[in-house]
Amino acid sequence: MGKTLFDKIWDAHVVSSNEGFPDILYIDTHFIHEVTSPQAFDGLRERGLPVFRPKQTVATADHNVPTWDQHLPIKEELSRYQVDMLTKNCAEFGIELYGLGHPFQGIVHVIGPELGITRPGGTYVCGDSHTSTHGAFGAIAFGIGTSQVEQVMATQCLLQQRPKRMKIEVNGKLQKGVGAKDIILYIISQTTAAGGTGYAVEYAGDTIRSLSMEGRMTICNMSIEMGARCGLIAPDETTINYVKGREFTPKGEEWEKAVAYWQTLYSDDDAQFDSVLKFKAEDIEPMITYGTNPGMGIGISQTVPETTSFEAKEQGSYKKALDYMGLHDDEHLLGRPIDYVFIGSCTNSRIEDLRQVAEFVKGKHKAENVTVWVVPGSKQVQEQAIREGLDKVFESAGFPLREPGCSACLGMNEDKIPAGKYCISTSNRNFEGRQGPNSRTFLASPLTAAASAITGRVTDIREFLKEEEFIEA
Amino acid sequence: MATKIFKHIQTSVVPLPIENIDTDQIIPARFLKATTREGFGNNLFRDWRFDENDNPKTDFILNNPNYNGKILVAGKNFGCGSSREHAAWAIADYGFDAVVSSFFADIFKGNALNNGLLPVQVSDDFLKKIFDAVFADEHAVIEIDLVDQFIKIVATGEQESFEVNPYKKACMTNGYDDIDYILSKKELIQEFEDAK
Repeated sequence: MGKTLFDKIWDAHVVSSNEGFPDILYIDTHFIHEVTSPQAFDGLRERGLPVFRPKQTVATADHNVPTWDQHLPIKEELSRYQVDMLTKNCAEFGIELYGLGHPFQGIVHVIGPELGITRPGGTYVCGDSHTSTHGAFGAIAFGIGTSQVEQVMATQCLLQQRPKRMKIEVNGKLQKGVGAKDIILYIISQTTAAGGTGYAVEYAGDTIRSLSMEGRMTICNMSIEMGARCGLIAPDETTINYVKGREFTPKGEEWEKAVAYWQTLYSDDDAQFDSVLKFKAEDIEPMITYGTNPGMGIGISQTVPETTSFEAKEQGSYKKALDYMGLHDDEHLLGRPIDYVFIGSCTNSRIEDLRQVAEFVKGKHKAENVTVWVVPGSKQVQEQAIREGLDKVFESAGFPLREPGCSACLGMNEDKIPAGKYCISTSNRNFEGRQGPNSRTFLASPLTAAASAITGRVTDIREFLKEEEFIEA
Repeated sequence: MATKIFKHIQTSVVPLPIENIDTDQIIPARFLKATTREGFGNNLFRDWRFDENDNPKTDFILNNPNYNGKILVAGKNFGCGSSREHAAWAIADYGFDAVVSSFFADIFKGNALNNGLLPVQVSDDFLKKIFDAVFADEHAVIEIDLVDQFIKIVATGEQESFEVNPYKKACMTNGYDDIDYILSKKELIQEFEDAK
């Protein structure tokens, strides 16, 4: 019987497999950041252990950093201490750090791919659930807790139970104005926030194939939002062209060898999946979430579902979510005034996202009532945007281009959405208080966020498309 | 290194009949700035427990003195979202030894097991029975036995068995941790690297 892509990569990384025990899985690269690593470093000190393979460990500071005036010391004492601690720990244990001020600094899931560290066939972990992003290259990549961060530091391995395998196929032609973010929000709205739990999800189908690497990263990034262990997409020409020539990509003969191996990485025709889901691209509208988990999403022209459409035992939690959001049954989100627009996060902060938004907002200006933040995913994305003059376009539109970091995705650093305010966000989570205590989040694509910033209300990007032509979403 | 040992508990419970409780509710990101594992219990369910002026919200169950115990019982898909182990630390630090739900998110479940906090997955029906029992009598006692893998409503004797990975069960009942185990296989890691 044939093997799935997931199993091919997993099997190539099993160090030891014993009946009754989880497998010992070899990790090619361990990404670390300031928030989930300090207790792991302390653990190593207590055990008197070094980092086993420091050269396979890459660090950056992203969660707790400001995205304005990064050249100044971090104002908040605890944040500064945590970032300083990462610097000290990396120096002590011999780990390369792309910290504040370094030309490679940025969100961990943006820099890994852009530096060519993330490659097809590899295994990648990080103390961050959005590590699933790296699966876009045809790799196994997932988030881990701090005890596991310590485990990987100590052994370059992870004890893991092999998950079940799911295939999600999307076929067909996307409507204009619909992109990768809408696809994944649509999938999660169909599976629910728990529908992928226990599975490694392979995304396939011609719609997925037609996406750029950045679009594929957006898809894999949100795998965790349906509970999946990881998400992955078989590598192809698009993947190989993206990886080629990057900072840490193999060169010369090594490159040829690598490419030959990558071309074997696909699910065999007779490979068995534990579950298969199929969706039609034509069914996908620009998506928006109305609730407090990413599974609570609707097409932008639809209305908030009725409470009675849920099972009795689920209705309490559903009402709680709508109360929090200040919404009610059957309501349209379209036309609803918003206060903030956040374009950024490991889901949508790459150069293509910024280009797409800039192209759309060129010659337009944000609405009076809205504050807009555009936060590049990395220093390299920021520099590229400036080289292309996107910063000027953003500035004229009232969209200041900030400095790289996780920013308003998680309500941890200085960038928080105030209580009670509504934010259309290109990030990945709409949990209660995620963007700041009592903030309210509508998740959407960069284009939907940009269009809404211009009108000051929840907007269907397709309304603009009737009037003008611009790059495909 | 030795970790906390868990074999058996019998205690009253704290019911939280809400579904999809994510780790941002368990411990909001702004409280993840600490660099040690201690003290996260103070901020467990911070924004549900306290108002914007840090006054306890009287309608939240953790602030109701009638409900206490070593077991937290919650709706399905508990612990979804962020991989922050701080969520497991906060629950354990607050004083819980086990969390019962009809479904757990993967990463949370692993983090809990690595910290001596037992996640017990029960059927939807049994979860409802526990909620019914504790809302009828706040002192209702639940027994959890990891060795024989069952959970019981003591007053009625109703019980259900639960699954746990045999390796993780051995770790929890003996206080072993994963690093000790992998380090015992270190020569295999070297062999794997040499063969690459």
